Amino acid sequence: MHTIKSATQEPATAVKGTASLRSPVIVRRTASLRSPMALAMMAVAASFVLAQAAVAETVVRIGMTAADIPRTLGQPDQGFEGNRFTGLTMYDALTGWDLSSSDKASVVVPGLATEWAVNPDDKTKWVFKLRPGVKFHDGSPFNADAVVWNVEKVLKQDAPQFDASQVGVTASRMPTLASARKIDDLTVELSTKEPDSFLPINLTNLFMASPSKWQKLYESAPGADAKAKSQAAWAAFAADASGTGPWKMSKFTPRERLEVVKNPEYWDKARVPKVDRMVMLPMPEANARTAALLSGQVDWIEAPAPDAVPQLKQRGFTIYSNEQPHVWPWQFSRIEGSPWNDIRVRKAANLCVDREGMKDGLLAGLMVPATGTFEPGHPWRGKPTFEIKYDKAAAQKLMQEAGYGPSKKLTVKTQTSASGSGQMQPLPMNEYLQQALAECYFDVQLDVIEWNTLFTNWRRGAKDPSANGAHATNVTYAAMDPFFAMVRFLQSSMAPPVSNNWGFINDPKFDALVKKARETFDPKERDAALAELHAASVDDAAFLYVAHDVGPRAMTAKIKGLVQPKSWFVDFSTMSMTP
Amino acid sequence: MLAYVARRFVYAVPIVLSVALVCFLLVHITPGDPLVAVLPADASQELAAQLRTAYGFDRPLPVQFGLWLWKAVHGDLGNSIATGRPVLSEVIRAVANTVTLAVVAAVIGFTLGLFFGIVAGYFRNTWIDKVATSVAIAGVSLPHYWLGMVLVIIFSVQLNWLPAVGAGPGGSGEWKWDWAHLSYLVLPAITTSVIPMGIVTRTVRALTGDILSQDFVEALRAKGLSETHVFRHVIKNAAPTALAVMGLQLGYMLGGSILIETVFSWPGSGLLLNSAIFQRDLPLLQGTILVLALFFVFLNLMVDIAQASIDPRIKRG
Repeated sequence: MHTIKSATQEPATAVKGTASLRSPVIVRRTASLRSPMALAMMAVAASFVLAQAAVAETVVRIGMTAADIPRTLGQPDQGFEGNRFTGLTMYDALTGWDLSSSDKASVVVPGLATEWAVNPDDKTKWVFKLRPGVKFHDGSPFNADAVVWNVEKVLKQDAPQFDASQVGVTASRMPTLASARKIDDLTVELSTKEPDSFLPINLTNLFMASPSKWQKLYESAPGADAKAKSQAAWAAFAADASGTGPWKMSKFTPRERLEVVKNPEYWDKARVPKVDRMVMLPMPEANARTAALLSGQVDWIEAPAPDAVPQLKQRGFTIYSNEQPHVWPWQFSRIEGSPWNDIRVRKAANLCVDREGMKDGLLAGLMVPATGTFEPGHPWRGKPTFEIKYDKAAAQKLMQEAGYGPSKKLTVKTQTSASGSGQMQPLPMNEYLQQALAECYFDVQLDVIEWNTLFTNWRRGAKDPSANGAHATNVTYAAMDPFFAMVRFLQSSMAPPVSNNWGFINDPKFDALVKKARETFDPKERDAALAELHAASVDDAAFLYVAHDVGPRAMTAKIKGLVQPKSWFVDFSTMSMTP
Repeated sequence: MLAYVARRFVYAVPIVLSVALVCFLLVHITPGDPLVAVLPADASQELAAQLRTAYGFDRPLPVQFGLWLWKAVHGDLGNSIATGRPVLSEVIRAVANTVTLAVVAAVIGFTLGLFFGIVAGYFRNTWIDKVATSVAIAGVSLPHYWLGMVLVIIFSVQLNWLPAVGAGPGGSGEWKWDWAHLSYLVLPAITTSVIPMGIVTRTVRALTGDILSQDFVEALRAKGLSETHVFRHVIKNAAPTALAVMGLQLGYMLGGSILIETVFSWPGSGLLLNSAIFQRDLPLLQGTILVLALFFVFLNLMVDIAQASIDPRIKRG
């Protein structure tokens, strides 16, 4: 223990070191000296001790599941884990997520914009008022020019700062944003391709990087032409990033570690970090992460190995988990000839799964049974009349009404993967479903393919040969915003190749509700319209809703004050580290 | 000798070109979208097309290969799609870490392998032979990732003597050859050394046993040579084959082990490959495979030359 900690200069050692200076040994020796010189030495020693105590740095070391540090230049890769660690830490967006509660749903709140409104005469134009007095980590001011510059880094192909590598992860998350225009220093106008009330939610994904810092790097960057210089400038920016976030980049070793320190000048004084330094380490292997935590090499790990959870608890580590905006579903094919076109069959499948049994028997409690995309308490939940629960008798009855029974089973084929981001434990979970649905006269065949191939096939749809005749696909999805949670699956125009309506759902009722939600600009009314859409999708049993992930993480009991919200994200500012 | 070395270098050129072609084709014919690292599955078709053009994936494969090879010859392996960083610097950093691990593992594995092999060969069919052979069989049979996990559980989790993961307290960028850093190397190096140790033991045991049973050894003994002198002759005869095996094993280790480096989060070429595969980062994958394949070609070349210098018959062949 001592060897590792002293070698790594860990905070625990630093604190122990200062503590030892205050030890009784020192006090006894100094107390025995009576001369003025001795008193002076005592004063010096005391001030040294106090100074040491004052500078003892608190550090939290986190083992991430990512195999590499997510990109640090403002638009992280690696999905929402990227946003969690290198997005929301060092950067802010115009709008953000409320991460302060573990009970309430995480909703959109003001970020670098203090208020916004759509133009009543032209619903494709929005005015955003910017927060005054905000500075980037390099000291340059955040203003309307910075917003325009950041919009253009992903949308304006002839802008010097345009970076194709940031476009994919950004533009796809704000599909209707078209341009930005400065009105005055603290006001910008954003334009969308069509009226879209989801824009403020989508903007949580556009992080503000410092244009001044980038420009300096651009001017000194090597490169034969402007494009090469721009690429070099972004590479340099990624190694010495500058945003407005509560944490500032301190040290970056590609693929190994990212160190950030607290930003004491952060504009939201309530969110100035309590910990001095945070170290992020990529550890893709679950057992390696768990071993690193157990051996004291890190203080916090994401997604501990499920079978290690009892041991971690026994050894005093704290396990955090909470319902995440994530859905583990079967997405039904609704093309001609699909057995899922019969609503009785869809409802029967939803009623035939004992989700509590899956939770406790298979996943060591690390899931939340899904009764829709959103659970009660969420503003977009609505009031569905079809209650998704375990009711085998009702399921069997529905199947019999649909013409199936013990002697006439319904064969359904589902494509899934053996692993994959967000897929939880796809094979055991699908085999569980296979057994559960067998009791309601389903004969489930699983078509297991490689994760990236399954993901790519998702865009090709149920009619494509890549579906291999499957009647459902098992791709999990994030449900942070309305487009990704519902619209892309339910709107008929989102059918492949446009988006992820894999099963070709074509229901005018859904189309009308999507249109209504998108064109309702009062936030409360928009939420009500989204709730109506969600309730309609549950009543239609549009998916086989199975589980929500809970984002488990384990950490030393020395970390206090952390709140795990119902979100993919977490606010690192609130935690403190006790010695 | 010079002509032999020159001939071997010339032979290496078509091999290198073939390796480049195969590694390019392999990563391009595998299913999946090369832009998956920067393009979510829910991106629009228009956006996908825009990025495909920006990254040059819309060009015919022969054109892509030609451009890539031309740049590679000039020392430019392109930029990683996922990180935007130059592939060459990524590969160099990772290979340096793997070399550190491989060299230490080779010292452990080859030393133990030679020792056990020679002892087993000399004391063939005795209990000493059985012990040494058992160690060798265990070395080649135990899954090394499993052994790595067991070592971590014992020495890191239970005893807290050694770090479980990583390449030094401040990362590999601050590597020093002191105990604080070497402690990070102990468990991965032992785990990596186990298979080469087993293979070298078995090879050397067989070689030693065979040579000892040959007539010339009897003749040497009959001439009254001491056992030390006889031993030297045995070693010299066994050396070419043992060298070839050790060269190959060193090549395997320099290629990095995806499993071991993942288990220990050791930032070497194995972990880099793992990351490149899962992110479908084609430039990184191609660059890493090419550099590792060139390693093999180079090592085989060095082994050929070393063998030729020990055994003059090889040059004539």
